[in-house]
Amino acid sequence: MVMEIVCPAGTPAALRAAVKAGAHTVYCGFNDETNARNFPGLNFDREEMRDGVAFAHAHGSKVLIAINTFPRAGNEAIWHRAVADAEVCGADAVILADPGLLDYAARNHPGLRRHLSVQAAAANADIINFYAETFDVKRVVLPRVLSVQEIAAINAEIQVETEVFVFGGLCVMAEGRCSLSSYVTGLSPNMNGVCSPASHVEYREDKGVLDARLGGYTIHRVGQNEPAPYPTLCKGCFGASDKTGHLFEDPVSLNAEQLIPQLQKAGVTALKIEGRQRSRSYVAQVVRNFRAAVDALEAGCPMPEGMLARLSEGQAMTTGAYKKTWR
Amino acid sequence: MSQSQASIPLFPPILARALRVVPLAPLSLSLTACSRNIAKSHPKLFRRLGEYDHTRFVLDPVDLPFVIYLDPNGGVPRVTVIRGNGDGAARISGPLAALIGLVHGAFDGDALFFSRDLVVKGDTGAALALRNAIDDAELDLSQEIASISGPLAGPLQQLIAFAERRTGVCLTRPEEAVAW
Repeated sequence: MVMEIVCPAGTPAALRAAVKAGAHTVYCGFNDETNARNFPGLNFDREEMRDGVAFAHAHGSKVLIAINTFPRAGNEAIWHRAVADAEVCGADAVILADPGLLDYAARNHPGLRRHLSVQAAAANADIINFYAETFDVKRVVLPRVLSVQEIAAINAEIQVETEVFVFGGLCVMAEGRCSLSSYVTGLSPNMNGVCSPASHVEYREDKGVLDARLGGYTIHRVGQNEPAPYPTLCKGCFGASDKTGHLFEDPVSLNAEQLIPQLQKAGVTALKIEGRQRSRSYVAQVVRNFRAAVDALEAGCPMPEGMLARLSEGQAMTTGAYKKTWR
Repeated sequence: MSQSQASIPLFPPILARALRVVPLAPLSLSLTACSRNIAKSHPKLFRRLGEYDHTRFVLDPVDLPFVIYLDPNGGVPRVTVIRGNGDGAARISGPLAALIGLVHGAFDGDALFFSRDLVVKGDTGAALALRNAIDDAELDLSQEIASISGPLAGPLQQLIAFAERRTGVCLTRPEEAVAW
């Protein structure tokens, strides 16, 4: 069976680009705080979502709607309405992280397929089986902290599908539990749908040297000919114990393209591409690349060499935790 | 030189020098007319700007001797070309070919940022909103210019196509064929 390519779409145009480029499935979110990419100018209103789902279905693709932030006390109705509207829009599944919202969806929208978001950070078979048995979750998006061997071990003990990230921005923390953005800006991907929100980011360039400031703090500085990273604390450059460097993680993107055969052997169902905040140009290029890779695998051909370095943060790539060679 | 700079053509310096003496008022009027035509045909572009629909954007083609003010003005946009640095809430700087390529969806904004071909200053949220709104609009500037050019539309489009072939600058929106 061909591995499913799950592609990001931050706008209706990106959704159409993903579908045309060969995406089996597209994931996207409503234009509010219910999803973890709540950036200015991004996401779908209800009408756009309904039209986007119709376009995808007409071309044989599925649409998953991410409602993967954690509802605030007293404002749960915003998240409940998003689940209801996802069903009305014809979504093939919703991607949820909060156990309370999973319970709400299972009770009130039992016909709407539920996937567990990476934001739930479910990283072992016991917790995945708990989510499957309690909320009838059909698929789990695994956090980016597991090796291929660990993924195989999990798949051997669970009955639900697994989806893993293969390309894009690399969170090095346990997702859903990272407070770095909150620490500096008061806003987080978990509660507000924004990591290092643009409203708190400032760039200053002087004689070719680019400073990135987050919440008033300079978090990295790059020289004239150096590639620029995203302004996230986890990729920041800090001094500690007489050393200056990227203490958490270098500014690189995940690219597990060459590991696709191993991931298939490990029992993975779907391959996820990160980047709902990226353009339709990015979406089209990455989707074409990965669709060619899974089709080559299915045909018994070698993995094609990708051309994605330019699209990568820091213009550098890593296989992340899949091959644990970190310092 | 960064990896992608090599593939982004710069505006010829001789022509850029000639532009130093060209009167800018007619250019401002033409660009304003074009942007208002876009506002009519793509109203969602301005809705997508949200809270930034009255923000002044400074578009700075670094290989040209002027900058462009874009005032969305709540969907009745005004474009003003001025000499000097200009001042606005958000500034987006890069080669003209990169800025036009972004509008046409030929380039990814983040990738141009990583490679330092694109620099954002001021209100990053506003710049992000503009980038996302324009990316979603699937604009083709050659079509927009043709639509307000009356009988000159045909020759203008031929001229644009010729210039695109000769310069390598993405002056029209690339076709998105269905791959599968």
